[in-house]
Amino acid sequence: MNGIPILTLLTVLPLVGAAIALLSGRHARVVALTTTLSSLALALVVWTRLPANGSIGLVELHQWAPTLGIEYHLGVDGLGALMLVLSAIVTLMSVDAAHRVHHQPGLYFGLVLLLEAGLFGSFTALNFFHWFLFWELCLIPAFFLIKLWGGARRGPAATQFFVYTMAGSVALLVAFLAVFVATGSMDFPHLTLLASTGELEQMITAHLGPVTLWLAIGVLAGFAVKVPMIPFHTWLPAAYAEAPSPVTMLLTGAMSKMGVYGLLRIAIPLFGAQIAQIRTPLLVLAVATVVMGAWAAAVQKDLKRVFAYMSVNHLGYCLVGIFALAVPVAVGDKGALASQSAALNGVILQMFNHGVTAAALFWFVAIMQFRTGGHRGIDDFGGLRKPAPVLAGLMGIALFSSLGLPGLNGFPGEFLIFRGTFPLAWVAATVSVLGLLVTAAVILTVIQKVFSGPVPERCVGFPDLHHGERMALAPVIGLMLLVGILPQLIVASVNPTVQNLLAHWRF
Amino acid sequence: MLAWTIYLSFAGTLVLALLPKGRPALARWLALAVAVAGLGLAVQGFVAGMGQGRITIVDLPWVPSMGVHFLLAADGISRVLVLLTGLAAVAGVLFSWNIELRTNEFFAFFLALIGGVYGVFLSFDLFLLFVFYEVAIVPKYFLIAIWGSTRREYAAMKLALYSFVGSAMVLIGLLAAYATAGSHSTGLVELAHAGLPVSFQMWCFPLVFTGFAILAGMWPFHTWAPTGHVAAPTAASMLLAGVVMKLGAYGCLRVGIALFPYGLDPWGFSFAGLGSWRDVFAVLAVVGIVYGALVALVQTDFKFVIGYSSVSHMGFVLLGLMTLNQIGVTGAVLQMFSHGIIAGLLFAIVGRIVYDRTHTRQFAELETMHLSKRLPFAAWAFVIAGMASMGLPGFSGFVAELQVLVGAWKVNPWWVAAAAVGIVVGVAYTWRALQKAFFSDALPAAHILEQEQAHKFAAITWPEVTGVVLLGGVSLAVGLYPRILLETIEPAVKALLAGGGQ
Amino acid sequence: MNYADLFRATLPETALEVAALLVLVVDLGLLRKAALKVRVAVAALLGVAGCGAAAWFLLQQGTEGLSCQSSGELLLTTGGFTAAAQVGILVLTALTLLLLIDADFTHHVGEFVAVVLMAATGGLLIAAAQDLLVIFVGLELLSLGLYILTAFTKRSGKSAEAALKYYLFGGMSAAFLLFGFSYLYGLTGSTNLHQILLMVYGWNASQTAPLLYVAIVLIAAGLGFKVAAVPFHLWAPDTYEGAPAPAAAFIASVSKVASFALLIAISTAALHVFDDGPAMPVSPGFLVSWSLILTVLSTASMVLGNLAALAQTSVRRLLAYSAIAHAGYILLGLAFFSYSSRSAAAVLYYILTYGLTTVGAFGVVAVVERATGSDRLESFLGLHKRNPLLAAVLLVLFLSLAGIPPLVGFWAKFNLFAAVLGVSAGPVPFALVALAVAFSAVSLYYYLQVLKRAYVMPAVDESPMKANPVTLAVLLGIAAAVVVLGCFPALLEGWIANFVK
Repeated sequence: MNGIPILTLLTVLPLVGAAIALLSGRHARVVALTTTLSSLALALVVWTRLPANGSIGLVELHQWAPTLGIEYHLGVDGLGALMLVLSAIVTLMSVDAAHRVHHQPGLYFGLVLLLEAGLFGSFTALNFFHWFLFWELCLIPAFFLIKLWGGARRGPAATQFFVYTMAGSVALLVAFLAVFVATGSMDFPHLTLLASTGELEQMITAHLGPVTLWLAIGVLAGFAVKVPMIPFHTWLPAAYAEAPSPVTMLLTGAMSKMGVYGLLRIAIPLFGAQIAQIRTPLLVLAVATVVMGAWAAAVQKDLKRVFAYMSVNHLGYCLVGIFALAVPVAVGDKGALASQSAALNGVILQMFNHGVTAAALFWFVAIMQFRTGGHRGIDDFGGLRKPAPVLAGLMGIALFSSLGLPGLNGFPGEFLIFRGTFPLAWVAATVSVLGLLVTAAVILTVIQKVFSGPVPERCVGFPDLHHGERMALAPVIGLMLLVGILPQLIVASVNPTVQNLLAHWRF
Repeated sequence: MLAWTIYLSFAGTLVLALLPKGRPALARWLALAVAVAGLGLAVQGFVAGMGQGRITIVDLPWVPSMGVHFLLAADGISRVLVLLTGLAAVAGVLFSWNIELRTNEFFAFFLALIGGVYGVFLSFDLFLLFVFYEVAIVPKYFLIAIWGSTRREYAAMKLALYSFVGSAMVLIGLLAAYATAGSHSTGLVELAHAGLPVSFQMWCFPLVFTGFAILAGMWPFHTWAPTGHVAAPTAASMLLAGVVMKLGAYGCLRVGIALFPYGLDPWGFSFAGLGSWRDVFAVLAVVGIVYGALVALVQTDFKFVIGYSSVSHMGFVLLGLMTLNQIGVTGAVLQMFSHGIIAGLLFAIVGRIVYDRTHTRQFAELETMHLSKRLPFAAWAFVIAGMASMGLPGFSGFVAELQVLVGAWKVNPWWVAAAAVGIVVGVAYTWRALQKAFFSDALPAAHILEQEQAHKFAAITWPEVTGVVLLGGVSLAVGLYPRILLETIEPAVKALLAGGGQ
Repeated sequence: MNYADLFRATLPETALEVAALLVLVVDLGLLRKAALKVRVAVAALLGVAGCGAAAWFLLQQGTEGLSCQSSGELLLTTGGFTAAAQVGILVLTALTLLLLIDADFTHHVGEFVAVVLMAATGGLLIAAAQDLLVIFVGLELLSLGLYILTAFTKRSGKSAEAALKYYLFGGMSAAFLLFGFSYLYGLTGSTNLHQILLMVYGWNASQTAPLLYVAIVLIAAGLGFKVAAVPFHLWAPDTYEGAPAPAAAFIASVSKVASFALLIAISTAALHVFDDGPAMPVSPGFLVSWSLILTVLSTASMVLGNLAALAQTSVRRLLAYSAIAHAGYILLGLAFFSYSSRSAAAVLYYILTYGLTTVGAFGVVAVVERATGSDRLESFLGLHKRNPLLAAVLLVLFLSLAGIPPLVGFWAKFNLFAAVLGVSAGPVPFALVALAVAFSAVSLYYYLQVLKRAYVMPAVDESPMKANPVTLAVLLGIAAAVVVLGCFPALLEGWIANFVK
């Protein structure tokens, strides 16, 4: 363990930044930019410091409340580090996009930075108490960001978002407490170890009876709300639509990943065998998420809602990949193992890529909204290719990436997921392809309606992206291209972690 | 030294009763001085007692013919609750800084109540404990009847009578136990070791437990609590919900469970799924959690929401007590502390910061007042207090509820499931109150905004800020670093559960 | 009969009588022309001096006391709990007389004080009596005095009505008592308590005459009247309401102390009857029926007294019904009486402290009445503003009556109930104690009604209420005593324990 507690530093930095931003009034955005840039730098440092064998590195361990099994235990592996980088990038993008916050900017950026701290905290935590603290901590700034700066129907949207997520959290808490009762431990690595030998289930059954399956369902419920998975998704469209677009970037880019991360860090490692038992209904729900997400996106008229449902759809692929690989595999079965690796690599890659892409898409919506005085319906625009070619070009790239065009970052993740899922659960994979097709249709429709065709009255004088915006968006688009062309930049660092994780997961 | 918390408080009462009228500032500062001194002593006692077991402070024969001793002692549980009382006292004085009507008498009754509460937590003689318990009833009556608001006389009488009936039940149990143990002594430790027969304990336990539980707001004897809390002036509500309800829970633990442990054993038969008094009271506790939360969800008066939320949170305390295991009972004691602080904060915000300025507690009217803009301090203070009340991690309530749930898991998963429902509903009503009172969606018309600018609310005063920071800070500190309290509570709970104290 | 013994034994009574006569002489002879205030002061002081002298004589007799016999049978006995009761009577009489200062209900001051002193003498006699006829004599002396005292407010129709009711009722119950006594004499051939009980015990079950039970019931009726137990309580509310305040105080305190001392004597005698003689087979019939009757009286008094008090709007009537309730609690202590001195001590403690508190309560009521003209609840409105000291005294005394610690009333109740359970912990005494405690809780309601008027509700008239400094000093002293004795119960307990072995 290195002398400097980098991970603690990483979490504390945005907290300090939040406090300063709160008091900075008009200059809060500058403070926020500085803080997010520094966090990104730190996150990249963490990324480079990962252990090569995919195990958990940069560990910090202190006693906190020993009688309750609560320890201050931080650490990252490839998955966690990637999420840290993603969070930093998305937050930076969000702050960049929010260049006109008229109303209480200090509070706004303070809350954004607080949210970033919550994200960092939950991706580095290795003890349930700590993890749960940051999991819940994220909710408060998110709620207020929606509630105070949101659109017309922000009140119900914010409340639904909050109460729904809390309800899921309570189920998660109760289930995890049962695990604690049985094992006396709240430590994720330790519990993963217990689960990998089957001891965890034995201990639970010994202490509490045959309730392990119920505990698994409880834990899943918490994450199912967050991702979200059908049918727990109803909070999402309203929240994403009513939130100001920069906040939606955060919601879709980073916060939704907390749910998938939770599945990978907690649900699968601890309850793999149980999940394998109920794999089929879970796959059904995951596929439904994919397909319904796409269909729902197809009928929306509000661009934000289109992209919101597309987020549901894209994260559905992650769910399909995760549940597909939750199947017992014989030790020597190289083919199945390879499929599992592929699927898991794909899931993690998709988490990153979707985060960046979806955030970018909402950024574009924000820009368009601002230029037309708040309009964001599909039919409000048209033929933007003419007055704003650069915007059309860059947004087009982002849209194609979302579609999954090879060469852009949306492709590798989805490809790997399907590569891994087809051998393991071909029915699910086949039906999901449907989702792909519908998504393609949706995106092409968007492109067609927004960028081509006759230019309506209000879009005649539509200004193109100015210099500052181009400078801000270029790196993002560049990242999309980079990862699209050279996905091994990420996969190379993530794969050892994937192997490590799979080795410890028992179905 | 801890005993001086009691003496100082009563001395303060006497001095305040004799102070000349017409100098309210003098009364306030004197009361604050006494409260702060009490807090200082409590902290000193807490720190000095770390790592120690039960320390006897004073032991004088009081009525030798009956074996009654003036016995003051403190173990870990007492020290934590004395600390809570100190904090609540200081906060209560700070939030009563604006009382102008009969200020001397107000603080005199206030300090008398505090003195009584200190006395209960420090008594290790059953008779002495009972004396202090009853002493606390009269100041409560007058505080509500004279300085209260909605239906104060009715609420005060209801509260006084309920408390008195509860303590009457305890008195009967106390007399019976004393007589059955041979009428030698009323010391808690002696009675615990007196070997009371199991059959006796079987009926004496529910009697004494119910008597104390009435004051703790156990369903269905809780109806005095919302009425009383709403009618009481802010400081009295803070004390009532924050500390006085804890007297009941403390009595349940220190007297009910410690003296009559066999009363919790299985009856040998099962009636509607209940097989022992433990099951009965656990079910009542769980019902209280859910019922309190559900009723809070539909209230139209802001203070009633907090009042019912107190009933719900005390249900957690009682549930924790009924788990009878180390972690559950520890959680119950921690919840006593945590809820004491949080309830105090909530009532302070609703009563002092909001009501004293807006003169209404009805959501329908508060919704139109745009308090998030006109009273941002109150809004954000309530956000923090609400988070703590919901049991959000990072605040003391989470650790306490966590322990109670873990303890309950070990006994009966259904209790946990019901309690979890209570938590979710708790989130809902807190959020509803927050929305309706502070962050309502109705956007004001321009001319209304102008009017509001002209009629500004009174500025937030330094005592209010200090009080909020004090209470919020303590809840946060305990939430982030629960060890400061757990290390004191756990050994004491262990000793108590092992039987009769060290 | 050894007259020297008799004289020595009755020195206290004699002192009181002498004082009474002295007061009459001084007031009617020397102070004819003096102002009312002076006459009252002088008479009261002389009366108090008389009580003091009597107390001195009493304490001279030591805790062993003296006895006075006739033909080998005890007539009187002093010392033991009798002495404690007698000291109590004297103290309470003195306090009552002190409250007389500033009274303006009558010009016949000397007569009033003299009658008080003579009635007190009757009380002393009752407490000391061991013979049926002595009991009766003392009882009549006390009662007749009380009837006269009740009627003393000549200008008030209520006073006369109350006195008449009291007299008629009292006369009737005295008749019952005498009737019962006559049966006892007829059955046993002796008027000495000890002898009677000895004989009664000696009878086998088959020999026990039914007339004995009739006698017991009649005696219970007679004594029940004296202590205002249900159903012989009907005189109490009217008398408490109509009598002048000092008289009401006297009736509520002294006569109760004396009557209960008598009941203690009977109960003690019943249990200790074999102390000096050979053991004999005991027929329990008498003891059980006596206990049963007391239990019935006790329960009825507790229930009715408390419930009726809830509805009162006159503070005096409220005090009357509360007196009935308290009598109920004390009778419970007498129903389950212990062989050791524990019960006697507990009952004595209760009645002495109750008497003290009641005298104080009537003192406060007197002051308020004088200032506002009535004793209704409304007269107490805003008392904390009009006279804070008086309101504080009221608070202390009423909370003590309700049984709130750390005041003496609480300890008295606790002590008494502990004694009852110590005697017999079966379901019946337990249920009765539970009932008593429950009704104590009920009583808090009506005491708080008065305190609510004094402290909480807004005042109609906020002018200061004047009270005579001596009266106020006495009341403050009583309140202080209530607090101190409550905080240090061992004080009074120890003093009583000196007498009661």
